[in-house]
Amino acid sequence: MSDTRTLDAKGQLLTNDGVPLKESLRKSLRRTKIRSFLLLLAPLLFLLIMFVGPIGSLLSRSVDDMEINRVLPETFAQYELWEDKSILPSEEMFAAVVNDIRATHKLEDSEGNNIGKNLLGKAGTRMTYEYSGWRSLLLKTVKSATKVNKRSKEEVKPYTWEAPYKEKMIKRDKRWGKVEFWQSLGAMKDPYTIGYYLNAVDLRFDANKNVIQKPEHLKIYKTIWMRTLQVSLMVTIFCLILAYPVSYLLATLPMRTSNLLMICVLMPFWTSLLVRIVAWMIMLQQNGVVNDTLVGILPCFEGMVNLPFFGEKNIDLCFSDEDRIPMMYNFTGTIIVMTQVLLPFMILPIYSVMRGIPPSYMKAAQNLGATPTRAFVRVYMPQSIPGIGAGCILVFIVAIGYYITPELVGGKDGLMIGNFVAREMQKTLNWGLAAAMGAILLAAVLILYWAYDRLIGIDNLKMG
Amino acid sequence: MKFPSYTTPREKLWFYFYRTFCGLVLFFLVAPLIVVIPLSFTNSVFLQFVPEMKIFSFDTWSFNFDGYGIRWYKELLGICSDNTGTTVCTDRWMIGIKNSALIAVFATFFASVLGTLAALGLSNRHMPFNRLIMALMISPMIVPLIITAAGMFFFFAKLNLVSTLPGLIIAHTILGIPFVVITVTASLAGFDNNLLRAGATLGGSPLRNFFKIQAPLIAPGVISGALFAFITSFDEVVIVLFVGGPEQYTLPRQMWSGIRNEISPTILAAATILVVFSILLLTTLEMLRRRAEKIRGITPQ
Repeated sequence: MSDTRTLDAKGQLLTNDGVPLKESLRKSLRRTKIRSFLLLLAPLLFLLIMFVGPIGSLLSRSVDDMEINRVLPETFAQYELWEDKSILPSEEMFAAVVNDIRATHKLEDSEGNNIGKNLLGKAGTRMTYEYSGWRSLLLKTVKSATKVNKRSKEEVKPYTWEAPYKEKMIKRDKRWGKVEFWQSLGAMKDPYTIGYYLNAVDLRFDANKNVIQKPEHLKIYKTIWMRTLQVSLMVTIFCLILAYPVSYLLATLPMRTSNLLMICVLMPFWTSLLVRIVAWMIMLQQNGVVNDTLVGILPCFEGMVNLPFFGEKNIDLCFSDEDRIPMMYNFTGTIIVMTQVLLPFMILPIYSVMRGIPPSYMKAAQNLGATPTRAFVRVYMPQSIPGIGAGCILVFIVAIGYYITPELVGGKDGLMIGNFVAREMQKTLNWGLAAAMGAILLAAVLILYWAYDRLIGIDNLKMG
Repeated sequence: MKFPSYTTPREKLWFYFYRTFCGLVLFFLVAPLIVVIPLSFTNSVFLQFVPEMKIFSFDTWSFNFDGYGIRWYKELLGICSDNTGTTVCTDRWMIGIKNSALIAVFATFFASVLGTLAALGLSNRHMPFNRLIMALMISPMIVPLIITAAGMFFFFAKLNLVSTLPGLIIAHTILGIPFVVITVTASLAGFDNNLLRAGATLGGSPLRNFFKIQAPLIAPGVISGALFAFITSFDEVVIVLFVGGPEQYTLPRQMWSGIRNEISPTILAAATILVVFSILLLTTLEMLRRRAEKIRGITPQ
């Protein structure tokens, strides 16, 4: 065998082939990098297209205001020329509205079907978000503005409405004479808007595009955001209170016993969420197991008692059928079910951290004269904090975006922001608002996710 | 329980209090699941324990199982020989189970392949943006489902994937990838790269080395990741609500409308089957874990 550690003229180490060792290593490193990259290519592309793409399309909807700009281009151009926005605009702007309506009304798609009417309807809906009443006003005007004189003998029949339009429009509907409607156009004239975001947090634009608070009676989302936060925090705290002692027990018991008890933790983790929800319905409903048990076992005492100091009193200590506690389809139900569903997410990380804490530390502390309580608080607890942090962030992240559980057991006062995203998506069809609420929620989750990665590292995420 | 002689009564009391608390928490975790099982064998149409379901009567001092039967299981399977006219029997549950299984099998397969590839690629520490890509790969697990579902609804509509099986399979594949990435990464963490080098010096091609050396060692990780992906897909309802049409109704989707609209004990029969199913999966996973430990030479204490 030849000596592999040959040197070249410059004194660099060479490999057997006579290539400098550094270069050879660099080459091999590059090769592994390329190989890793090729391995990653397929999953990465798949995820970018099919996951990041959809999320991107959702986010783009939250600021997109193109459609209305396609319907009312001339009106928005005139809006720029409108000088004193506290008085009604001039005839040109009224004419612009009529022209825009007529132009859109005739629009056809490539196959010759009319799409203009649909577009006007959508525009009306969009405008109502800025100022209520726009939709009916617009559609009413569409009817009048596009009416043609059927008796005319010309080939292209002229519209019955002719310029000037200002008085005719105000006569048709008094709302055209209200400057507030005209002012609200300012919030829609740009192809991109933050209006949906403002709406999602109970703010809106005023006439001069300043951000102002919505009137009190229209503020609906603030309570929902606050409740989402409240539910997530409460669930996190309850989970921590329940999980910490159990994790400690599981971590200190002999492996064999603790593995057996672990099944109790893992089984719900592995059971369908809907099954758990049905199970809780059976438990918590008015005629459910919990209420039946309470009625059955609580002592029933009713009658007159002679108490010292209080004298004769009528005492009713009965838990009867009227006393059944409503625990389902309300806030309480949401909290109970979510706590049970998310409890394993808290137990598992705390448990895995506690397993790693040597029991000898506690013994050492006690040897040095600490009471068991003191040893636990000063020695054991600080070491378990990484587990607590991991569990709390995890539970909070999952809780904040919950949809199924509140939807099924939340009734009216247990709904969270996820439910309102779904509602706007499916019922109200205000997709921009749904997207904006989703984006805010996503931002919150991503910040927490980033914090989790920083503090614990996502590669430490363990399951089961 | 035996205490050392120096234990004070207060400590004993605390010990019992603590154990009771833990017992109650564990009970809180499993009790709801256990309640489902007996109630799924009810003969009544109510989702509650009716008086006929009392097994033991103190008056006559005898057992009585008249309140129980497999009526709702028959309904679940679409067998309606004893249909009394009170319930309408449909095969929608069976269709749901078939759809769920179909989607879950395909989604699990794709998620396992893509997730394993990703984990292998990410195991290279010199890969640039390693951490960022890892975060991206796991993000489908973190991003609230409702957001993913809403985004996919818009995006898939453009690609004509809404209300199609491929659309749901793609969506569920995305949800399954993080689980496979996590479990395979964990099993790769204990992998000794010298084994591959040894294989190479013995003349094995990289592909042969992978299948002969690395694959058997990471197999438990892949399988447990696949199980997670499978159960995630099998249990998923939000995406099905947004992206799936009536043709693709899955078992959870049927349960969802069952819970929302006409709540009947058929749901409990389905739930019981799912509970049994999850116990089987859990057992499989535990066996895999033991096997993985044995391979690496770690035995449980």
